[in-house]
Amino acid sequence: MSAARIRGLRKAYGTHLVFDGLDLDVARGERVAILGASGCGKSTLLRCIAGLERSDAGTIATTGEIGVVFQEPRLFPWLDVERNVAFPARTDAERARVGNVLALVGLAHAAKRIPKELSGGMAQRAALARALVRDPALLLLDEPFAALDALRRIELRAAVREILEFTRASAILVTHDVDDALALADRVVVLAGTPAEIAFTGQVGETATRGAILDALGVVEIRSRSVPARSGRHGASYTS
Amino acid sequence: MPLALLAGWWAASASGFIKSYQLASPRDVVRELLDLAQSGLLWRDLGASIERVALGFAIALLCALVLGSLVGGSRLVERVLDPTLQGIRAVPSLAWVPLILLWLGIGETAKITLVAIGAFFPIYVALVSGIRGVDRKLVEVGTIFGLSRVALIARVLVPATLPQLLVGARIGLTQAWLFLVAAELLAATNGLGFLLTDGQQTSRTDEILVAILLFAACGKLSESGMRLLEKRLVGWTDTVPA
Repeated sequence: MSAARIRGLRKAYGTHLVFDGLDLDVARGERVAILGASGCGKSTLLRCIAGLERSDAGTIATTGEIGVVFQEPRLFPWLDVERNVAFPARTDAERARVGNVLALVGLAHAAKRIPKELSGGMAQRAALARALVRDPALLLLDEPFAALDALRRIELRAAVREILEFTRASAILVTHDVDDALALADRVVVLAGTPAEIAFTGQVGETATRGAILDALGVVEIRSRSVPARSGRHGASYTS
Repeated sequence: MPLALLAGWWAASASGFIKSYQLASPRDVVRELLDLAQSGLLWRDLGASIERVALGFAIALLCALVLGSLVGGSRLVERVLDPTLQGIRAVPSLAWVPLILLWLGIGETAKITLVAIGAFFPIYVALVSGIRGVDRKLVEVGTIFGLSRVALIARVLVPATLPQLLVGARIGLTQAWLFLVAAELLAATNGLGFLLTDGQQTSRTDEILVAILLFAACGKLSESGMRLLEKRLVGWTDTVPA
C-alpha cells in the first residue's frame, strides 16, 4: 500500500498546461523531495494532493490523514500557539497530542504566545506542530524553509528530519534547494518541462547525487531560456 | 491645552470682555449644569438622547451585519444589492431628513431611523471590505483540515473580520451622535439637541454650552468604550492602531 498514488494527473490554468499525464508514487514511510525550477508546477502538484486545487483529469489516492506546512506559517493571528496547534484537533485523543507535538517542535515554552510575538522560525515550528496534531500518514511540505534566514533554516531542517524519523510519516517536500532535498529525502524527483514531467528520479545515496540533481536542474534552466548558458553559473544558483 | 482654553474663557468672561449673551462664563455654565441636574431635566434629556443613539445604533448594527454578510459572502448578492446601497450612500445622509419627517412624522421613530441611517453605512462598508479582505491563505488552512462551511465561517471568517467590523462600529457610533443632533434640532421636545434649540430661542448661551459639553462627553465616552472593546477583542492584530 502506498501513501500517495498519482495516475495520469492533468492540470491546466486556462491554456497553460501544467501537467498532462503525470504519474508519481510515494511508498509508505518514504520521503520524497520534489525539485524544479520556479513555476514548473511543483507547488501545484502539492496543492492538488492536498485537495486545494482540482485536477482536470487523473486520480490522486492517499491513505490516512494529510498534514500540510506552507512556505508561510499561516497561523491564525487571533489564537495563541497552543490553540493554533489544537485548531485541527477533533477528538480528545488529538487534543491530548497538542502538548506532545509542541514539545516535539521545541515550543512547549511558547504555548501561550500569540503569532505576532513569534520569530519566523518559531512560527514555522508552530505550523509544523499544527500539521502533526492529527498524526498524519502523509506530510506535505511546500518550501517550508524558504522564508527563513540561513541559520534558522539549518535548525528547522534538523528538527523536521528528527520529526520525520520519529513519526515515520511519509512526506513530500517541495523545494528548490538541493541541500534540503539531500538532507531530508530518501528519493529525489526533478520536475521539468511544459507540461511538467519527471526528468529525474533517484535514491539519495545512490543515483541522486548532488551532481546528478544539478545536472537535471541545469538542463531545465538552459532549455527554458533557450540561450546558450554556462551551466556552471546556473548550477550554482541551486546551491544555497 | 484644554486648561489654557478654560482659563482664557474664564478670564475673558470675568473681565467683561465677553458679554454673557455672547458666551456664558464657565461659572454660569456649571451653575446651569447643576440646576438642570437638580431639576431632573438633565437626566431626562441625556437619557432620551442616549436611548435614541443606542436604539438607532443597534438597528444599524443589525442591518449592517445581515446585509454586509450577504454582500460580502456572495458575489451574486453583491451585484444585486451593492450598487443600490452605494447609490443611497452617495446621498448626503441629512438629505433624507425631509422625506423621513414626511413618512414617519416627528416622533421617536423618525429620530431613531435617522440615527440608524447615519450609523449603518460605516459599519456596512467596513464589514464588506473586511470579509473581502480575509486572507485566502488562512481560509485554505481551514479547507485542508476539512472544516464545514459553518465551521469555516465561525472559526476563520468571523474572527478574521472582527477587527474591521469594530473599526466600522466605532465610526458608526460617532456618526450616530452626529445624526442625533440633526434629528433633535429639527423636532424634539426633549434630548440634548432640544437643549440646544431651547437655548437658542431663549438666548441662553449657558444652556447651549451645557448641551455642547454633554455631547462632547457622550461622544468621547462612546469612542473610548469602542476603543477599549477593540483592544480587548482584537489586540492580536499586528498593525499600527488606527
